Amino acid sequence: MMHAHEDTSRRSGFSRREFLKGSGVAAAATALAQQSASVAQEQGVEVVRGKKRITVEVNGEPVSVEVETRTTLLEMLRYQLDLTGAKPVSTDGSCGASTVLVDGKPALAAALLAIACDGKKIQTVESLAKPELDPVPKAFVEHDAQQCGFCTPGFVMAVRAFLNQHPHATEEEIRNGLNGNICRCGTYANVFQAVLSLVKGGANG
Amino acid sequence: MKLFEYAAPRTEAEVLQVLSPEFGKTEILAGGTDLIGLMKKMIVTPDRVVNIMNVPTLQGIEPTDEGGVRIGAATTLDVVRTSPYMKPYSAVLQVIAGINSLQLQAQGTIGGELCRRPQCWFFRNGEGLFWSSRHGTGERDDRYHAIFDNEGPARFVSPSRIAPALIALGARLRVIGPRAEDEQWVPASAFFQKPKHEQQKETILRPDQLLTHIELPPVDGWLSATYEVRQSVGPDAPLAAAACAFRHSGGIVREARIVLGQVAPTPWYSHEAVAALVGMPVTVETAEIAGQAAVQRARPLNNNAYKVQLAKVAVKRAILLAAGMNPGGF
Amino acid sequence: MANYAWPSRDEAQVIGKKTSRLDGVAKSTGTAKYTYDVNLKGQLIAKALGCPHAHCRITKIDTSPALRVPGVVHVEVLRDAGSEIEWQGEILAVVAAETEGAAAEGVKAIRVEYEPLDVFVKDYDLEAAERAGRTSSGGGRVQTEREPGPNDDEDKFADAEIERLLKASKYVVEGFYGIDPITHCCLEPHGSTVEFKDGKLLAYLSTQNVSGTDDGFARDLNLTASDVEVRCDYIGGGFGSKFAPDYWGVAAARISQKTGRPVKFMLDRDLELKLAGNRPSAYLKVRVGADENGVIQVWDSHHWGTGGATGGAVSQNVVPYVLVPKNYRRRVTNIKTNAAPARAWRAPNHPQACAISQTVIDDLARVMGKDSYDVFLANLVNATNGKADVYREQMRIAAELMGWKEKYHLHGKGPRNGSIVEGLGMALHTWGGAANNSSCTLRIRPDGSVESWCGTQDLGTGTRTVCAMVLAETFGLSPADVRVNIGSSKYPVSGASGGSTTVGGVSESHRRAAQDALEKLFALVAPKLEAQAEQLEAVGGRIRVKGAPQRSISWKEACALLGDMPLEVTQSYRSGTPSPLSSSQVAGVQMAHVAVDLETGVVRMKKFVAVQDQGLVINPKTCASQIYGGVCMGIAGALFEQRIMDPETGAFVNCELSDYRLPRLGDVGEIIVHLYEPDSERQRGVVGNGEPPVISPIAAISNAICNATGVRVPVAPYTPQRVLEALQRRA
Ligand SMILES: Cc1cc2nc3c(=O)[nH]c(=O)nc-3n(C[C@H](O)[C@H](O)[C@H](O)COP(=O)(O)OP(=O)(O)OC[C@H]3O[C@@H](n4cnc5c(N)ncnc54)[C@H](O)[C@@H]3O)c2cc1C
Ligand code: FES
Repeated sequence: MMHAHEDTSRRSGFSRREFLKGSGVAAAATALAQQSASVAQEQGVEVVRGKKRITVEVNGEPVSVEVETRTTLLEMLRYQLDLTGAKPVSTDGSCGASTVLVDGKPALAAALLAIACDGKKIQTVESLAKPELDPVPKAFVEHDAQQCGFCTPGFVMAVRAFLNQHPHATEEEIRNGLNGNICRCGTYANVFQAVLSLVKGGANG
Repeated sequence: MKLFEYAAPRTEAEVLQVLSPEFGKTEILAGGTDLIGLMKKMIVTPDRVVNIMNVPTLQGIEPTDEGGVRIGAATTLDVVRTSPYMKPYSAVLQVIAGINSLQLQAQGTIGGELCRRPQCWFFRNGEGLFWSSRHGTGERDDRYHAIFDNEGPARFVSPSRIAPALIALGARLRVIGPRAEDEQWVPASAFFQKPKHEQQKETILRPDQLLTHIELPPVDGWLSATYEVRQSVGPDAPLAAAACAFRHSGGIVREARIVLGQVAPTPWYSHEAVAALVGMPVTVETAEIAGQAAVQRARPLNNNAYKVQLAKVAVKRAILLAAGMNPGGF
Repeated sequence: MANYAWPSRDEAQVIGKKTSRLDGVAKSTGTAKYTYDVNLKGQLIAKALGCPHAHCRITKIDTSPALRVPGVVHVEVLRDAGSEIEWQGEILAVVAAETEGAAAEGVKAIRVEYEPLDVFVKDYDLEAAERAGRTSSGGGRVQTEREPGPNDDEDKFADAEIERLLKASKYVVEGFYGIDPITHCCLEPHGSTVEFKDGKLLAYLSTQNVSGTDDGFARDLNLTASDVEVRCDYIGGGFGSKFAPDYWGVAAARISQKTGRPVKFMLDRDLELKLAGNRPSAYLKVRVGADENGVIQVWDSHHWGTGGATGGAVSQNVVPYVLVPKNYRRRVTNIKTNAAPARAWRAPNHPQACAISQTVIDDLARVMGKDSYDVFLANLVNATNGKADVYREQMRIAAELMGWKEKYHLHGKGPRNGSIVEGLGMALHTWGGAANNSSCTLRIRPDGSVESWCGTQDLGTGTRTVCAMVLAETFGLSPADVRVNIGSSKYPVSGASGGSTTVGGVSESHRRAAQDALEKLFALVAPKLEAQAEQLEAVGGRIRVKGAPQRSISWKEACALLGDMPLEVTQSYRSGTPSPLSSSQVAGVQMAHVAVDLETGVVRMKKFVAVQDQGLVINPKTCASQIYGGVCMGIAGALFEQRIMDPETGAFVNCELSDYRLPRLGDVGEIIVHLYEPDSERQRGVVGNGEPPVISPIAAISNAICNATGVRVPVAPYTPQRVLEALQRRA
């Protein structure tokens, strides 16, 4: 048994050797799970078990959420903050449907741990509706760059990030730069037109 | 995902303190684009995850005293791609441009890219790295598997797309571990290995070791390129790839390195292709001959003979691209 | 009863005008709530244990370790020891837990023992299937101009007749063609968020069939359908795979019943691909004979394929496709494989039939050394759907948009730019698309507000917007002025959205209800305007006297005449009723321009043209989107997408999106859509176009590859491996 795990008070003195005595993955899982949430120091390094309360800025508002170590940013947004714009589509991050901006950079919320976002700024697709409609979703509507719409929020955020970096993208840059997202309904031609209208119209607010 | 302990140390030394020497106990988390998916599918089930993204020394790109560049392992691909110091290393930049997803570029790190687990579908579906023909029919679908070094149970292909470029450019990698003697600079070519059993990984890293930096030597007249045969413009794995770097004088190639990707359990250094190129002028014919030479020893499995042709073409095109000639293709 | 009709092209104010979808902002800013997004208070998250084996018997299943995982609340066993499992991914048990992580951990903890059984998944290999005893006849048909004599053995006669006709043919083509299975791969997986409370079930279900799934739940849960409400405001893709609650939906409801808590149970990506819908494969061996003009006179084919463990192959009724010669013999063999049963996939049977038979026409052109366009043109005499003239005109338009004449070269005879060759190909298709059953309740309130209810659903086809446009057109309002309610089984019944039947159905019910309501309103307004009701029209937010527009009152004033009582009308359309508002049968022609790298076998799309008839177009914007989308899905099937099963284990090896290749934005090239709507078609009324545009792309792209390289790549998807192998076979 991983006795070191059972006593939080001894955790600060927890040595690597003890940690390694564990009798296999299953035992470790059970042992870990039986723990109440805690944060311990291990040779000066903070080790979180179970849960931790983190503070993030979501769409400009500071929020404090208690997350499990294994909670992904996507799960936190969807289940704990009811921000369901970012979508769960693939297990392996190949579809881009969970795209959000973290500290201004595009990221796959499905492939990020919430706990790793502690202290960061998260921007989700919902933020593009307020205070006024962002030009990107506006262009998506105008060019009908959405059918079932399940891929759309991720695509919108990818386009937002792309245009932040390439406000004057050429046609070729657009065709090359937006391949991290999958759309099953096949709105690619419409997305292309939407983005083209944005770089041409300079409506890249 | 299994519940795990989480640590986000701030120094390299701290990282080492919370890593376990036992295989499978701890995992290093960088951008997470590969690891989190594997953990969700419970293919990888660590007791502890060590996030290295808060370690400042692992971030960023700087010139070295010798005139090369040093890249922190946790530097994201977009930062590598846009760094002015990286300009002369075309072979690397072309690969990153080919990992054609702005999300993956912004989130994925160069260290993670090198340590990424194989894309082999048997592995990703829980059969382990050493799948076999259980019923002896020999009829596994190995269309994307290795055409070199594929005797024995390891037949996956090395997934890293940047590795061939780094090896061709003569990069060195800095590895550290719990003991002082663990710290070493290894040639990129020596970093990868074909695992012999489930307790080995695809790199020489032991579980308690960390890849910290990638160092590229000064360009010094070396021309380089990577050519990947890609079915789609998306981030899907290429079907075959080759990186080539060479130095020439008077139009004659004096020194060269040619490394194939997606064809063997490790990046595949082709001595034959190098031999065919060195001492020759770069022409379409020599490139073609080097391509031929590169696949001379290929041994396709049941269903991947086409990859021999692709590898050959990749080598040819990488050479032409490095020389600034039209490589053909799209 | 009003005289139901559409306004003419000139009169129409809303219909036929490009209109942005009403829910566009909600979708593109993430506020649209899909089934996956509905979070009910206290909900559990469920995950499934899929069977890892393609064929086995469960000998033992022990869920107790799962129950010990912290956070796990309930484990529902669906398959007990003794059950035979016939495909990988079949759900054995469902774990409901407080979080996704706990549910996944619970699934992993379940202990199952299996006895492996023989696996067969090689649907392309007819001989192997026969040896494995996995084949059955799917029927066939012989049609010859000459009738057998009274004493002839019919089979022998057919044999002799076919051989005679082939011998008499100027040109003979013999070939093998095929198309592998693909999945539906809805981006929102199948699933539901359900709450069982006080003997009633509220089910948010990702479904194409809001009105028809309540009794599916009820039957399995021993409720009456009236105890069930199914809701679906938004659905993230269905493509023919989401018509029923499915056993996993019922399992979610059961768990909610047992735990007293709401349950969200959406399939993980791998199970979505393994279980929740696939399209049958088709492989065909054929001989055809044509006369000196290239008109096919005789067709002799045998095709086979699999619809999985229970389903059959592609129906013989659509082979050969659209262009059917006077003499033919066709035969089909069904193959039973260890794969989940197929489901209707956008235009069932047609894309496969088109891919395996219109490629033959192109090969005929190759053999003849003629322009493929001309050979298709010549074979229009064999069009069985009476649309030869439409096709001819559509071909002319498509060729112009493609620049066919300028670009075309004979097969394999084009210029070579390094290793790159280019080519053109075409194909044509047909589809029914008749209006489905639909009912609509309409309420006009005295304050002038207009609201409608209809138990239909919007798959992304723009149904919501079409409903609003039809109402707005009728009342002289703008679509934003009407409120459309869809997506609940408690609303008036409307048919499932499949087979391109929705737009016709809802146009019928909404137009009828609106015209009826307007007639009643006119009766109230007429005295005010000192006119007869028949003299009135509703235009531009006013009701006015025809020919005397100054005699008018505003819509609001008119509605105020209703007094206290809102005006409520319910109207229905029954499928099959002849109607001036809708009809069926459409035609479409598509052309592809591709480039092929002869050294790598990689194919890139350069340009694609789709010319499509769909009768009267209500909303050109969303209508065109259907076609853009259909083309992209077709490109997926032609170049990328394929369900890959390991021949030994039957495992669906590429069940995650990193391996299940789909095209990306940069892969589809330029797409040009032309809505074909001359008066002759417009007057037919509304016909659905959800299926037609997805039919031709694979054949058109195959033909373009063949035109570029001079070689037929027989089986779709035309991957670099297959292109190279075909090139090597020729060399
Ligand atoms: C669907 C999909 C397809 C992809 N296809 C490809 C592809 O074909 N080729 C390709 O190159 N990339 C591909 N990628 C991108 C790949 O994820 C990235 O290359 C990325 O750079 C990995 O970095 P990361 O930081 O996200 O890795 P992580 O997921 O954080 O880590 C990957 C692995 O490396 C280990 N690791 C990370 N950093 C270190 C370190 N410093 N020292 C020791 N071990 C470390 C981790 O423990 C883990 O095992 C793909 C990604 C996705 C989602
Ligand atoms: S709109 Fe349906 S997946 Fe993109």
